[in-house]
Amino acid sequence: MAVLLLAEVDNGELNLDATAKAVTAVKPLGDVHVLCAGAKAAAAGETAATIDGVAKVLVAEDAQYGHRLAEPTAKLLVDLAGDYDHIAAPATTDAKNILPRAAALLDVMILTDVSGVIDADTFERPIYAGNAVQTVKSRDSKKVLSIRTSTFDAAGTGNSAPVETVTPAEAPGLSEWVEDHVAESDRPDLTSAGIVVSGGRGVGSEEDFKLIENLADKLGAAIGASRAAVDSGYAPNDWQVGQTGKVVAPDLYIACGISGAIQHLAGMKDSKVIVAINKDEEAPIFQVADYGLVADLFDAIPELNEKL
Amino acid sequence: MKVLVPVKRVIDYNVKVRVKGDGSGVDLANVKMSMNPFDEIACEAAIRMKESGAVEEVIAVSIGVKQAQETLRTALAMGCDRAILIVATDDVHTDIEPLAVAKLLKAVVDAEEPGLVICGKQAIDNDMNATGQMLSALLGWSQATFASKIDIDGDHATVKREVDGGMQSIKVKMPAVISVDLRLNEPRYASLPNIMKAKKKPLDEKTPEDYGVDVSPRLEVVKTAEPPERDAGIIVKSVDELLDKLKNEAGVI
Ligand SMILES: Cc1cc2nc3c(=O)[nH]c(=O)nc-3n(C[C@H](O)[C@H](O)[C@H](O)COP(=O)(O)OP(=O)(O)OC[C@H]3O[C@@H](n4cnc5c(N)ncnc54)[C@H](O)[C@@H]3O)c2cc1C
Ligand SMILES: Cc1cc2nc3c(=O)[nH]c(=O)nc-3n(C[C@H](O)[C@H](O)[C@H](O)COP(=O)(O)OP(=O)(O)OC[C@H]3O[C@@H](n4cnc5c(N)ncnc54)[C@H](O)[C@@H]3O)c2cc1C
Repeated sequence: MAVLLLAEVDNGELNLDATAKAVTAVKPLGDVHVLCAGAKAAAAGETAATIDGVAKVLVAEDAQYGHRLAEPTAKLLVDLAGDYDHIAAPATTDAKNILPRAAALLDVMILTDVSGVIDADTFERPIYAGNAVQTVKSRDSKKVLSIRTSTFDAAGTGNSAPVETVTPAEAPGLSEWVEDHVAESDRPDLTSAGIVVSGGRGVGSEEDFKLIENLADKLGAAIGASRAAVDSGYAPNDWQVGQTGKVVAPDLYIACGISGAIQHLAGMKDSKVIVAINKDEEAPIFQVADYGLVADLFDAIPELNEKL
Repeated sequence: MKVLVPVKRVIDYNVKVRVKGDGSGVDLANVKMSMNPFDEIACEAAIRMKESGAVEEVIAVSIGVKQAQETLRTALAMGCDRAILIVATDDVHTDIEPLAVAKLLKAVVDAEEPGLVICGKQAIDNDMNATGQMLSALLGWSQATFASKIDIDGDHATVKREVDGGMQSIKVKMPAVISVDLRLNEPRYASLPNIMKAKKKPLDEKTPEDYGVDVSPRLEVVKTAEPPERDAGIIVKSVDELLDKLKNEAGVI
């Protein structure tokens, strides 16, 4: 049977990277039908149809799907679920909000952050901040899973899958959107960037976080932060990398003034090359770093910036 | 209004977990266990609502082994009024799945009729991030996940949520299930007098059978393995050497 994949649609636009990575993950399970839901979703549907391996695109356009509120989108998934054995989505905050609700309505368990697909019933997922990997087999008739995108390569594009529209269900009317507080940025997206420069408590202040930003801009990189840096107000919440923030796996991850707590490592240890800059040679971050530089970041980062 | 706060007993966040040699799971015998850090934040939020007069009673609930009593005593020492423990297993290595936990919590909600449930966004052991959303679905209530600010105003709550792009504010109808994120508040430490007082607060013990809920798992753990280790790297002596390595050895810049 086919797989229903809820695409990541943000403000009418498809998050191609996250969606195409999830397509790669679920492709072995059957024909992939991508659902684009939003107040505007037609353009996202057109883009989704170009992803290689997609058999069909479903577009659900209605005001109630506009801000990815959990209740209406979960209901939509449940209404469509009859035709599918698997319901999946990339593990974004939207999907984490929506999928467990849909699973409970279907009376099935959820598998979150799936990092490997073994067969139609069996999946791998990290637990305990990535300190263990569990292989689990589901006995449920339908499987609802979110996909850890950092472990899959994005499917290519060039396809032209058929696009169908689906009729929206009646709105549950339980919640409404008020406003978004989103900082516009020209920097690459943290979860898909090739290079990430991250700052921790060692950076010391919001002003000094400019050092991290300048280095990132020089490298065309996205910016990350430790929880301590976010809690201290040096960096916004959506920059947090880790067990309870974002999971990233760029080609190059540069950790500056970050000690390397397991909760932070959980979000970045699958990066291809890790660089650590820390003045404490005992810092645990050096145990995972390919290249460690024991130095004061206030000397090393400006020097790096200048020599790049 | 009553508020229900589900709290989970998990391995302490400072403990490095060890996978058992036979791949059957993670070794939890004789390791330090604590309240899930997100649930401390949830307790704190509920207790502050009580202190502000918006809430009459805060009830903490835990589902798991008998030892979760300690976790509930911590919740009571923080300021929760009473506690319910649902003993669903006697083996510390058996965890109850979020769907079953949500069904039990629904039964507790049906019995206690709270106007609000505040839970953690995720438990740091299994990292599922699911229970609150599942409970909300089963109750047919509204949900607001990953809260970093909660304002309750009569029959609505306005919640600021931590999402991928930054923050989002939504307005949900009460009753609601709210799951809390890290930056909602800084949980208090229980004082010694409050720890003493907590010993006298009511703690009811129940079983899943009392609520007629089947907790048998839907998922079977085939095996638990260590993640692949990273090879140890090298310490470079200077920024110049670092740049050289990144360009000529790793080829990433
Ligand atoms: C429930 C829970 C969830 C969590 N989730 C996350 C998460 O998702 N992500 C996350 O990151 N953390 C998370 N944490 C927090 C985690 O445990 C650590 O507290 C946090 O990662 C520490 O951040 P840090 O490395 O920036 O700070 P610190 O541990 O304080 O380290 C600062 C480092 O900077 C170095 N330093 C200081 N000054 C300089 C200088 N001038 N030059 C060079 N180096 C310098 C120091 O040597 C030190 O190693 C979580 C914790 C809990 C309890
Ligand atoms: C396939 C599979 C098999 C499993 N088998 C095992 C096993 O053999 N051994 C093992 O140790 N674990 C096992 N588990 C884990 C377990 O079944 C659940 O995943 C776990 O109880 C709930 O997930 P979570 O704690 O990550 O919940 P989350 O959804 O992340 O928790 C969110 C919030 O819900 C509330 N909450 C959650 N659980 C409770 C609770 N018990 N009491 C009160 N409040 C709660 C808390 O407020 C918490 O902050 C298994 C899990 C899976 C997926």
